[in-house]
Amino acid sequence: MADAAIDTLKETTAVDNQARVPTVVADDVHIIYKVHGAGAGKGSATSALSRMITRKKSPAIREVHAVRGISFTAYKGEAVGLIGSNGSGKSTMLAAIAGLLPTARGAIYTNGQPSLLGVNAALMNDLTGERNVVLGCLAMGMSPAQVRERYQSIVDFSGINEKGDFISLPMRTYSSGMGARLRFSIAAAKTHDVLLIDEALATGDQGFQQRSKARINELRKEAGTVFLVSHDNNAIRETCERTIWIEHGELIMDGHTDEVVRRYEKGERP
Amino acid sequence: MSTLSDPVNLSAPRGADAGLTPKQLADKYGLSVSGKRPSLPKYIRQLWARRAFISSFATARLVAQYTTAKLGQLWQVLTPLLNCAVFYLVFGVIMKSRDGVPVYIAWLCVGVFVFQFSQSAIQAGTRSISDNLGLIRALHFPRAALPIAFTVIQLQQLLISMVVLVAIVLANDIKPAMTWLLIVPALVLQSLFNTGLAMVMARVGAKTSDISQLMPFLLRTWMYVSGVMYSVSGYIKSWPTIWQTVYSWNPATVYMDLMRYAFMPDSFDKAKYPGGYDAAGHQLPTALNLPHHIWIMAGTWAIVAFVIGFVFFWKSEEEYGRG
Ligand SMILES: Nc1ncnc2c1ncn2[C@@H]1O[C@H](COP(=O)(O)OP(=O)(O)OP(=O)(O)O)[C@@H](O)[C@H]1O
Ligand SMILES: [Mg+2]
Repeated sequence: MADAAIDTLKETTAVDNQARVPTVVADDVHIIYKVHGAGAGKGSATSALSRMITRKKSPAIREVHAVRGISFTAYKGEAVGLIGSNGSGKSTMLAAIAGLLPTARGAIYTNGQPSLLGVNAALMNDLTGERNVVLGCLAMGMSPAQVRERYQSIVDFSGINEKGDFISLPMRTYSSGMGARLRFSIAAAKTHDVLLIDEALATGDQGFQQRSKARINELRKEAGTVFLVSHDNNAIRETCERTIWIEHGELIMDGHTDEVVRRYEKGERP
Repeated sequence: MSTLSDPVNLSAPRGADAGLTPKQLADKYGLSVSGKRPSLPKYIRQLWARRAFISSFATARLVAQYTTAKLGQLWQVLTPLLNCAVFYLVFGVIMKSRDGVPVYIAWLCVGVFVFQFSQSAIQAGTRSISDNLGLIRALHFPRAALPIAFTVIQLQQLLISMVVLVAIVLANDIKPAMTWLLIVPALVLQSLFNTGLAMVMARVGAKTSDISQLMPFLLRTWMYVSGVMYSVSGYIKSWPTIWQTVYSWNPATVYMDLMRYAFMPDSFDKAKYPGGYDAAGHQLPTALNLPHHIWIMAGTWAIVAFVIGFVFFWKSEEEYGRG
């Protein structure tokens, strides 16, 4: 084990003096959720009325300090795993990188526009899989010609049609795994500077997980950065060479995957 | 524990960049604050690049709208027709509004269809962000594409209804005239106006969901004061001139009048419809009145609403999808 650590150390020292191109810089990020109407029933008519009469601002705005001072820098070509227990702030962190949550303090700098793939990131459920592919690609900024050209490869990659003609059915009729596969296939059709995957691959079957791993590697080679949140430590091990461990909104450890996941599994905080 | 496990800092910049603070590093490589709203010209360029998305999205939505209904696409034509039928019964027959208006059925249908266009564009705009959070969170595109696409859907819907409208107009012995060409510019201006309103309401609706409960009442009030089903000109005649002028600027009335003039210019002919009462005391139809400068009014509303709506929507671009 010590040998392995020495090896990785050697590797890193070899490239130590090459400057790398950063893609995501998190600088002392704090994220605070403001929950309106916690406790007192917001929906009840009487409480809403009494609030209006007494001119009190919303009852008890509760604050949830979900991320507390996380800093890290991710570089081109890296696949970074994010691990931590439930409610530790992983999804929050990804949403903030994607620009969907404001930072209360600190800042996140990114290159280009990060794309976030979440567990239940529905696209257009009442439209067919086919429409979703076309519209998703157009929304990402592809031209109609590019979409026509890539359409078949996206459908093939998703494997939606392996069990019959499902691509022409509305997406609401898909199983959760099928939906996740199609969404990933659409998002992965474009080269992203930063791709954020929040447990979106967890429902995929064995074959699809292999394919998506291969695609993530390709994306990294195309000089992108991939963030992967997963509770499947093996998936993290196989996909990411770097892992960040978050607990209670704080960064516990940031290092090589082997090291971080080993300690995470043992519950050994450094 | 091995001493080597003190982790190598994978975050620290290396080589020439060593020692830079995160902020300096971000600046050096031109990284920008995540989720920052693009400048207005850049935003317009991005939006223009998504024009294929807007039109495909609108078409797909329009087709999907009625897929669960048995009669399917037929509802696109049936809904406005049924609306017209109800209004005709209540306002035309029972309340006798039809007496004072030349060719009441055509007059009513044009009004209903034109008002419906604005009304549904505003309603769809209000929900365009809040109903599509999944799409907004998963993919990156200028959010204004959504309220615009929903207005395009309503425009497509109106164009389909137009076929019915033409049939109704022809059935009422109105001959096609050169003024029919005015339908196109009138629709363009109204579409711009509607898009502007849809964008304003999209931003408002994204923040406060209460507004979508309130909208039907506001829109219904607007409909009743705009003279969709009965002519308001008789009621406001006694008002002070200043209030008549203000009233004439009501955009709904402006766009309805334009379209009514385009479809049936004869109804505006005072020689043909002098008004008054016949020997038996029945009210005779009075010629409609087209305000001077109506095109200027229509154009002003279109440009003001569109520009204000667009800027207002853009101002909050980074916040859609949050919360
Ligand atoms: N919309 C929200 N409003 C208020 N608090 C929230 C919201 N979303 C998350 N939180 C809180 O923020 C903290 C971090 O949540 P987050 O979803 O980031 O956890 P996570 O690490 O993704 O967990 P999991 O592994 O279960 O997905 C939790 O304490 C949670 O209660
Ligand atoms: Mg999560």
